[in-house]
Amino acid sequence: MFGTLRGFEVSLFDEFRRLQREVDDVFGRDVHHSFTRGAFPAIDVVSNPQQVDVYLTAPGIDAKALDISIQQNVLSVTGRREAQVEDKASLHRQERFSGEFRRVITLPEDVDPSHVSASYVDGVVRISVQRREAAKPRQIEIH
Amino acid sequence: MSISAEVAGNLTSAGVNGQHAPLAQTVLRPAVDIFEDAEGVTLYADIPGVSKERLNVHVDGKTLLLEGTVQPANGSQADGNGTRYRRSFALSRELDPERIEAKVKDGVLTLRVPKRAENRPRKIEIQ
Repeated sequence: MFGTLRGFEVSLFDEFRRLQREVDDVFGRDVHHSFTRGAFPAIDVVSNPQQVDVYLTAPGIDAKALDISIQQNVLSVTGRREAQVEDKASLHRQERFSGEFRRVITLPEDVDPSHVSASYVDGVVRISVQRREAAKPRQIEIH
Repeated sequence: MSISAEVAGNLTSAGVNGQHAPLAQTVLRPAVDIFEDAEGVTLYADIPGVSKERLNVHVDGKTLLLEGTVQPANGSQADGNGTRYRRSFALSRELDPERIEAKVKDGVLTLRVPKRAENRPRKIEIQ
C-alpha cells in the first residue's frame, strides 16, 4: 500500500521535473542568462494601502550616482557598478556583476509620483512611493 | 590557486535543505570575486541586506565559512525576510587563517587572507 503511494509521489515529482524541463526548453538559455547577468539588481516590491516599497539589492554601488526617476507609475533606476580592479593581482574568480544596469518597474496606478523617497542601507536601495488618498480603503461606519 | 573549489557538498546540502526547509528560509550563495597577489588573497562577496552584526566569518581548520542573515525590512513581510547567505571555501596551506581581516561596506564583504610569512616572496637587498 505504501509502495503504491510512494510510487505515485515519485511519478508526480517526475512529472513536475518533466514540465520544468519543457519550460526550460521553450525559453532556452536566454532566460537563464537574464537571471544570472541581466537581473542585476534583484528587485522586491512590497505594498500596503499607504505606500509601495521597492527594494533593489545593489551592493557596492555609488548610490549618489544612481538615476532614479518616476513618470506616472513607471519607476526606472539606472546606474553602474564598477568592476573590482586589483593591480598586481591575478583574478581567480569573477562572479560579481559589473557594468551598467537599468531596471524599469511598473507600480500600481494609484501611486503619487510627487511623494517618493529613497535610501541606501547595507547595499539595498529602498524606494518608497506614497499611494494616493482615494485609493486607500476607507472604513464606512453605520450610524 | 589559494582559495579553491568550494568544499564539496556545500551546494548539495543547501539544495537538500532547500527542499525540506520552510519556504520562508532561502539560502543563497553569494557571488564572489577572488584575487591573489604575492602577499595573499582578497575575496569580495555580495551580501546585500546583511549588516555587520548579522554576518559571521568562521575558520575551522582549512574551511572558511561565510554566513549572513538579511535584516528584515521594518514592519513589512518583505520577500527578503529570512534570506540567508552561506558559502564555504577551502583554504590552502600557504594561507594564514589566523590573520584574516574582514570588513563590510554597502553589502559587500571584503576578506583579506594573508599568506604565511614563509610563503611570501622576500626581496633581497643588494648591499
